[in-house]
Amino acid sequence: MSTDTRPAAPRHTSPVVPPRPGPSRRRRRLGNPLAGLGSLVWLVLVLVPLYTLVSASLMRQDEALDGDPLALPTDPTFDNYDTVLNSGFLTLLANTAIVAVATVALVLVLCVPVAYVAVRTRSRLSSLAFRTFLLGVAIPAQAVIVPLYLLIGRMGLYDTLYAIILPTAAFSMPVAVLVLSGTMRDVSEEMYEAMSLDGASPFRMLWQLAVPLSKAGISTVAIFSALQAWNGFLFPLILTQSEENRVLTLGLFTFMTQFGVNIPAVLAAIVLSVVPIFAVYLVARRALVNGLMGVGGK
Amino acid sequence: MPLHTPAKRHGDGRAAVGNVGRPPVGWAVPGILFFAVFAIVPLAIAVYLSFCDWDGLDSPTLTGLDNWTRLFKDSEFGQAAWLSLLLTTISWAFQTPVALLLGVWAAGRQRSRAVLSAIFFIPLLLSTTAIAMLFHALLDPNFGVIKEIGPWIGIDPNVMGSSTGALLVVAFVGGWQFMPFHTLIYQGGARQIPEVLYQAASIDGAGMVRQFFHITLPQLRHTMTTSSVLMIVGSLTYFDTVLIMTKGGPGTDTTILPYLMYRTGFQSYDLGYAAAIATALVVVATSLSLILVRFSGFGSMRSTREGM
Repeated sequence: MSTDTRPAAPRHTSPVVPPRPGPSRRRRRLGNPLAGLGSLVWLVLVLVPLYTLVSASLMRQDEALDGDPLALPTDPTFDNYDTVLNSGFLTLLANTAIVAVATVALVLVLCVPVAYVAVRTRSRLSSLAFRTFLLGVAIPAQAVIVPLYLLIGRMGLYDTLYAIILPTAAFSMPVAVLVLSGTMRDVSEEMYEAMSLDGASPFRMLWQLAVPLSKAGISTVAIFSALQAWNGFLFPLILTQSEENRVLTLGLFTFMTQFGVNIPAVLAAIVLSVVPIFAVYLVARRALVNGLMGVGGK
Repeated sequence: MPLHTPAKRHGDGRAAVGNVGRPPVGWAVPGILFFAVFAIVPLAIAVYLSFCDWDGLDSPTLTGLDNWTRLFKDSEFGQAAWLSLLLTTISWAFQTPVALLLGVWAAGRQRSRAVLSAIFFIPLLLSTTAIAMLFHALLDPNFGVIKEIGPWIGIDPNVMGSSTGALLVVAFVGGWQFMPFHTLIYQGGARQIPEVLYQAASIDGAGMVRQFFHITLPQLRHTMTTSSVLMIVGSLTYFDTVLIMTKGGPGTDTTILPYLMYRTGFQSYDLGYAAAIATALVVVATSLSLILVRFSGFGSMRSTREGM
């Protein structure tokens, strides 16, 4: 992905800059009739499932089964949410939060130096490492789940939160290194020179120059790896077992069998699992969107 | 990367400026080691285990090529490989045009487009698990929205009971989830196309459609490769969706490679054979990505700005 030779500068810095004045004429016209209509169709396809998710989670079971699922609940009730909250939901939430925070910390601590070295040195070793990470993007997690099961077992970490954190962090690293080295590359050589004339150590340059100027990339990476951890399913499914180490996604899956035909309760569980991320989205939409755009753009 | 220029410019200061302040390569070691232990080494172990018999309890024992000869004769594996390719193709053919159009459309900076984009983004906030469970509920013929809407838009309420239907549903649900991501990629790409190109084309009298096909599309070819590689690697691994929505069924008609691997490894505890399937999956995923990268000229480092 980073073999791209386009100058990468504006992508991460532009979010802070206010939108360019006035949309140009061609943007107003471009793809208007077809794409405009298409986007309305897509809007319906996105909204109908989300609307049903919320409205049916507020229904009693018989109403959801017999009534029109698209109608508003006649007698909204939070009973389903009670059911979910009383089924150990808060443990799931706490475990997931721990996993997400630990994953983000680990990814940043490990990847910032890797990206810095990749950008600031020209040794063969560092370019080899960089290429390895590049290839790593294409390794699907499913491919290594059998050996990870063996490895985590031998390390004595089976059925602990570490069993989720460590592989999740490792599989977020390729994208993290690519994004971080992309942003760090934009820090101009002159600034490093100026600092080195002042006698700054490489560590000070990293800490006081490269890191502050790569904030956009760092937040992209933090968001990306937090979402990986929050939404990951395969690692928890295979590498943990007990209820006390269960994370949200796996918890939802067990609710599905546990609640069975009580579909409103299942939907309530889904809604509750999204609430934390949705809250972040409302507060920091710009950072989140730009973050994900950065992942794709590099 | 202008790494060499400053040294030249400063003549005598070359040694000092060129090397002082360069970080020791050793700084990268912890990260590389960590990645190696949890991603590269397991990949090697997967290959090794594919030559072993292992039930998950005792130690793996080498059995030579047994798993591999079995793999090539296994009609279930053949079916799973075919279904994986089919699902990937359908997903790509569904997501690329929609994401491309939505992305280019959303690249405009009007307020209404920004609002719609914010709504389009929402599915990306839900986990695959949540989305699969949501659609499982929506398509449940007893509960269902499908019971009410299905006949109206021409979908059989029992769509999950038919082989083709189930596969198409999995592709749709995957698209529903990842469309916002690819739309964002195209949106970012479209915003980087230099305005001058369109101005020049307008002066030459090119209309909207011609501008789209002669400027927008060619300028987005790197973006398209990035997005396609991510789509392919992504849809080869629609494991969560299949496990939750179809359990590989009806019959084995949505049993794609990752699900077959899961069933073989963690339900039948035939982990050696599962490792062989996993290895085959990596080979397929990597070669597809490489072919695409070659084919699109992405690897040749040609810039879309050539000649400007």
